[in-house]
Amino acid sequence: MMEIDRADGRTPNQLRPLACSRNILHRAHGSASWSQGDTKVLAAVYGPKAGTKKNENPEKACIEVIWKPKTGQIGKLEKEYEMILKRTLQSICILTINPNTTTSVIVQVVHDDGALLTCAINAACAALVDAGIPIKHLAVAICCCLAEDGYVILDPTKLEEQKMKGFAFLVFPNSIHSVLPEGSLLVEGEPVEHGIITSVTHGLMSVEEYLKCLERGHAASAKLSDFLRRSLKLQLPSDSSKAK
Amino acid sequence: MGLPNVSGDLSAEMEVDAFRRLFPLRFYERHLSESIRPDARPLGRARDTTLALGAVASADGSALAKIGSTTMLAAIKMEVMSPSTDSPDEGCIAIDFHMPPICSPIVRPGRPVEAAPVVSKQLSDTILSSGMINLKELSLVSGKAAWMAYLDIYCLDADGALFDAALLSAVAAFSHLQIPIVFLNDDGKIVVVSEEGEGGKLDKEPVNKEKRKLTLRSLPFSLTCILHKNYILADPTAEEESIMELL
Repeated sequence: MMEIDRADGRTPNQLRPLACSRNILHRAHGSASWSQGDTKVLAAVYGPKAGTKKNENPEKACIEVIWKPKTGQIGKLEKEYEMILKRTLQSICILTINPNTTTSVIVQVVHDDGALLTCAINAACAALVDAGIPIKHLAVAICCCLAEDGYVILDPTKLEEQKMKGFAFLVFPNSIHSVLPEGSLLVEGEPVEHGIITSVTHGLMSVEEYLKCLERGHAASAKLSDFLRRSLKLQLPSDSSKAK
Repeated sequence: MGLPNVSGDLSAEMEVDAFRRLFPLRFYERHLSESIRPDARPLGRARDTTLALGAVASADGSALAKIGSTTMLAAIKMEVMSPSTDSPDEGCIAIDFHMPPICSPIVRPGRPVEAAPVVSKQLSDTILSSGMINLKELSLVSGKAAWMAYLDIYCLDADGALFDAALLSAVAAFSHLQIPIVFLNDDGKIVVVSEEGEGGKLDKEPVNKEKRKLTLRSLPFSLTCILHKNYILADPTAEEESIMELL
């Protein structure tokens, strides 16, 4: 396989510089901003609020996602992102703890420079932690794309995305090693971090190429998990009073 | 069919339908442990599928697809338009998916369903990126006129696996599509000829002599599956989709 020269000089497996800050909006119950290179997303969490929407199951907590693009009207793309985020967050939250409540997650795109959906998922996760919503484990999202000659690169910028033949957004559960170095949680004999929560693909790719994307993404998710743990741990829980 | 005793609670005295409504997950799990589903399908089998081409006579291409009870009607209308400047010899396809209130009791008039724009976008992405249609075939006069195909898919009955049925009906409608005959007017405009015998007026040169069909290359095909504990179910019904969450 040929080495691809990326415009910003990264290696194919290298992610852009990550930055995460919590508790930036004071009226929201939880908020976080996440940036990967120039892509920046702001997420806010309000909830749990009483009552669920009409078609939702009242025996479980409900998650509602609102996606706000940077410019333009809300169209089908935003609705698709909302649905993907909602399904992903539903599988990491413990929905039986507060039945018949709704938690709203609002995602605002500040700047889009590639891998927008993954940035949003990571931001929403950090915001949920900031709000104190009970979750089973965190989720880390990563974007792998496939170039014309079958080469896999991670975390593309917008220019790189346009030249790709296909890409896959993958969300993995956070590795528990980062919290409990002694052991890992086993789900039916396999460590929980070997699973996958969400996978969204665009474009044409063969099954082998998809599996290759999966294993690269999985390897990179460990680095993201470490970053997530470090940035979420730094804030001391001293400011527990928030405007409701 | 009689239900065996489930740990001696009130399900022993209940009818099957009541048990199905009140404890849907336990109802399904009893079936899954025997590797069968309530409609007597094995776990990996899809429902019976039927396809009818030409369901809408006034459209240039149409198809009605049924997967079990899920019914989708797809119709294509062609219009002439001027192509964009960065792709002057390519036509255009616009795909839209509608879920009218007829399809399901949870759809109300005036309140758009969450699933409709998502399926619509996924359909567009799949059809355009699969390379099934070569947009250059939709071109008439390079730089001046090209075909715009409006594909509308209406869900008539939503019983699970919406994307599969919609994709099937879209591909079938494209395979049935016949591009109408057009003439090039003296003013340089394209005129679509109608069917009712205009035999005497054929003094202008037709741009395409006969109705032609599009050549379809790789046809996309999809199958929805649900993962529930250790079981993988293929082609879920709406009831299965609402109870089991991992799609």
